[in-house]
Formats: sequence, structure tokens, C-alpha cells
Amino acid sequence: MSYGSIIKVPFGPQHPALKEPGNFLFEVDGEIVVDVKPRIGYNHRGVEKAFELRTYIQNIYLAERICGICSDAHTTCYTQAIEELLGVEAPPRARYIRVIIAELERIHSHALWVGIAAHEIGFDTLFMYVWRDRETVLDMFEMISGNRIHYAMNTIGGVRRDIHADMVSKIKKGLDLLEKRLKYYLNVVQTEQTILKRAVGVGILKPKDAVDLCAVGPTLRASGIKNDVRVDDPYAAYDEIAFNVITHDGCDVLSRILVRCEEMLESIKIIRYGLDSMPEGIIRVQVPMKVPQGEVVSRVEAPRGELIHYAKSNGTTKPERYKVRSPTLGNIPALCKMLLGGYVADIPIVLAGIDPCFACMDRMAFVDVKKNKEWVWTMQQLRRKYAKK
Amino acid sequence: MNLFKWARTKSPWIIHFNTGGCNGCDIELTAALTPRFDLERFGILLEGSPRHADVLVVTGPVTLQVKDRLVRIYEQMPEPKHVIATGTCAISGAPFKECYNVHGGIDIVLPVDAYVPGCPPKPEAIIDGISKLIQKIKKE
Repeated sequence: MSYGSIIKVPFGPQHPALKEPGNFLFEVDGEIVVDVKPRIGYNHRGVEKAFELRTYIQNIYLAERICGICSDAHTTCYTQAIEELLGVEAPPRARYIRVIIAELERIHSHALWVGIAAHEIGFDTLFMYVWRDRETVLDMFEMISGNRIHYAMNTIGGVRRDIHADMVSKIKKGLDLLEKRLKYYLNVVQTEQTILKRAVGVGILKPKDAVDLCAVGPTLRASGIKNDVRVDDPYAAYDEIAFNVITHDGCDVLSRILVRCEEMLESIKIIRYGLDSMPEGIIRVQVPMKVPQGEVVSRVEAPRGELIHYAKSNGTTKPERYKVRSPTLGNIPALCKMLLGGYVADIPIVLAGIDPCFACMDRMAFVDVKKNKEWVWTMQQLRRKYAKK
Repeated sequence: MNLFKWARTKSPWIIHFNTGGCNGCDIELTAALTPRFDLERFGILLEGSPRHADVLVVTGPVTLQVKDRLVRIYEQMPEPKHVIATGTCAISGAPFKECYNVHGGIDIVLPVDAYVPGCPPKPEAIIDGISKLIQKIKKE
């Protein structure tokens, strides 16, 4: 029902539901959200300009620090772009190591997200359980690279550290434990009423809207659309590994949870295959400091979706222009669509549903084209608009 | 030691604010609150509102847009209040030091009581930083 008066509710930048500074202005009529205005840019640091001021080798470490959760996806994308400009290719063993690290990162990122999602709906027990098991992956990272979050594995022309035989057995043991726990969580999210009551039919994103608004990654796959850069445009060693692209057609928050849970199980299969069929040989090739003139676009399937890097070189040791399009930015228009017409109480879980990462996203100034245009909808108008669809 | 100080040192409530970092420190701080490390066994509780918090844990370099918000959150906290700078970015701004939209470390804007270095610091290091701050509060 409509209360006739629209109330503006600011959300963030400091908010318990978000670990990062993102600001949204919600216009609510009673309990219903009628308008959403995202205000991003609190995390804007000027990374793209910083890329131009640093050399190609220094930029590997800067690319890693675009985002702490999907740090490996950013360096993979960066090194692939520069390797293409240089005309070199990473050795086969390095390409397999890249896949293993990328999939371990996907497990860590998705597990983190499942925990946060459970926290948003007030199910802290699951949050604590998932985060406890996530430590298994972080232990593997610490064993392989020496650091829990920024692994610094990729370099231009290969990877910096090898995965030895004694590590392989430890990783496999950890994967067995993870597989057992993940199957348990998959069962929990499908049967537990605490989750079903809050997630089924919440934050609907229809397949047509998902495509129109350019959603990416698990958000798009949860609307039933099969889209994955790992299959569509294989990089690293993905062309040699068979795996399923997980889709669900519920279009709601529950589908997003299920897609991510099943993707983690799929990642475990990819890692097992990678560890078994990793070819012997060198892990990196020497590359020159100067990069020949040219421009290149590189794509990677980050845990949150399709990540695009663009590089333009001018023959020196520093790039002339660098551009990053992160998956969260692609998902923001879809997020606004999901929130419209929903309840105020569902805002945190729908917002968390796209797995927003503002550190990745905030690298451009947001221009509000509607700035001079104030408009509000009543519930009747809203219903009329969406009843047609 | 009076009652208030006793309560504060036995159970400091922390509030977390990311001022533009890469998220690495944030997830390590959250990991410190989860079962493996369990910061709550020391009575340390993550609080949502600045008005309830004793300690402000800041991660990330201070960006131009977030600076006013950071000061506002600090001003909303009741006295006595303390600030912990977590991670290399919060300490000096590196590797974003020369970026056009970054002020640098937190101490440019706020008085800082404890620094926890690392990129990102391990949860053990964050726990150590907070426990050292508690020792410092006891001596005040």
C-alpha cells in the first residue's frame, strides 16, 4: 500500500552491511523502495593514472592492489595484456599454475561471499562456519606464495613460484575437506528455512533485464544465461580443461547463492585436474623491459564476473593508457533494477547479492545525468509500469 | 583504575571504516573476528555505529572524497577515542602515495594511536595491534 509520502534514506558510506564505502540514496514509500541513486567514488584512488606513472614490472604489484579479494584475476588480466603486446606466451606449466591459483581464489571469494550473505540475513552461524572453512584455502595460499591475500604469483611471461610435489598432496588433502564441507553447505542453503524465507523471490532480475543491463558473472548466470569468459574466450589453460558452467533460472537471491556454491565444487574439480595433468618444465620466460607500440584488450573471468583490461603502449617502459572495467561496475545498473519495488529490509541482502567490490569499481567519476531532474513514483505508477512486463 | 576504564580495557568496541583501500585488510579484519582467530574472546566486539565505539580501525589510504566522512565518523565517536591504522596504505598511503585522488596516510587527518603494518597484515598482527593499544590505554 502507498503512504503517499516519499522518504529519502541514505545508506552508507559507513554501514555495517558493507565493508567498503559505497553510498546509496533510497527513496522509500512505506516499506517499498521506489528509487535508487547509487553514489560511487568513495574508493576512487586514481589507479589508472598511477599505471601510466609506473613501469610495467611495478604495475604488476599495483594491479594486484586494485582489489584484495580478486587480486589474482587482476594480475592475470594485466600480465596477459602485456604478454600479448610483447608477443610472448607463458610456458604450459605456468598456464596451469595460473588456473590453479585462479580457481583457489574463486573458492576463497565465493566462500567469503556466502558467509557475508548469511550474515546479511541474520544467519551468523553459517557465516562463522563458512569463514572457518575458508581458512583452509588461505592456508594453501600461504603455503604456495607466503601471503594470505596478495599472492604475487603472476609476472609478465609466467609465474613467480612453482607448485612442488609436496604441496600438491597438501592441497589435495585440503580440497577433500573443502568438498565435504561445501556439499554440506549446499544442502543447508537448499533446505534451511532461515535462508529460504529470505532468499526465494527476493531481488528478481529477469533474464531479459540481465542482458539489457549488461550484468556479468554469477549475477547473470543466476538469471539462467550461460556466459563465462573461461569457456567463451579461453585464457591460461582453460581450453584444455573440461568443466560445467553453472546456471540457475530462479533469477533471485537463492539462485545467486546456489550458483556460487556449485561453482566452488566445480572449481575443486578444475584444481584436481590441473594438479594431476600439470606439465613439467619452466615456469617463466625472460621478457624485455620495453614494450613495443600497440594496444590490447584482455578478458578474465574474475570471481565476480567478466573483468576487462585495456592497455596502450608507446614503445617505452611505461604504458601510455590503461583502463580497467571491473565486474561490479557492470552489475550496478542491474542492482538498481533488483532493488526497485522491493522491501527496505531486503536491501542489504540484495545489495550483497551481486557481491559488490567498490575497491574494484571506483575508478571513474560518476556523472548523475538526472541531477537536475527530480522524480518520484507512487506505488500505483510503479505497479502499472511493472504489471505490463 | 576507575570502573569506566576497567570496562574499556576489558572490552573495547571497535568500528571499522575503509577509506579507499583494496579490501585486503578488511577481509583480514573480518577473518580476525571469525572462529580461527576469534577476536571476541578478548571482549573485542565489532560495532556498527560510531556512537557506540571506543576504537576506530581504519584501513586504506584516505581518498579526497572519503576524507570528510572519516572526520565526521571520528567526531561522532564518544570520548575517549582511539584510532588504529591497519595496513601499509593506512600508515603511509603506499602504493597509492602519488595518486591524484589520495591524501596519504590516516595520520594526515586523524591522530593515530597504533599502527599495524603489512600488506595486508595477518589477523594475528591485527590482534597484536589491538592488544598493544589496550596496554597503552591502561597506562593513560
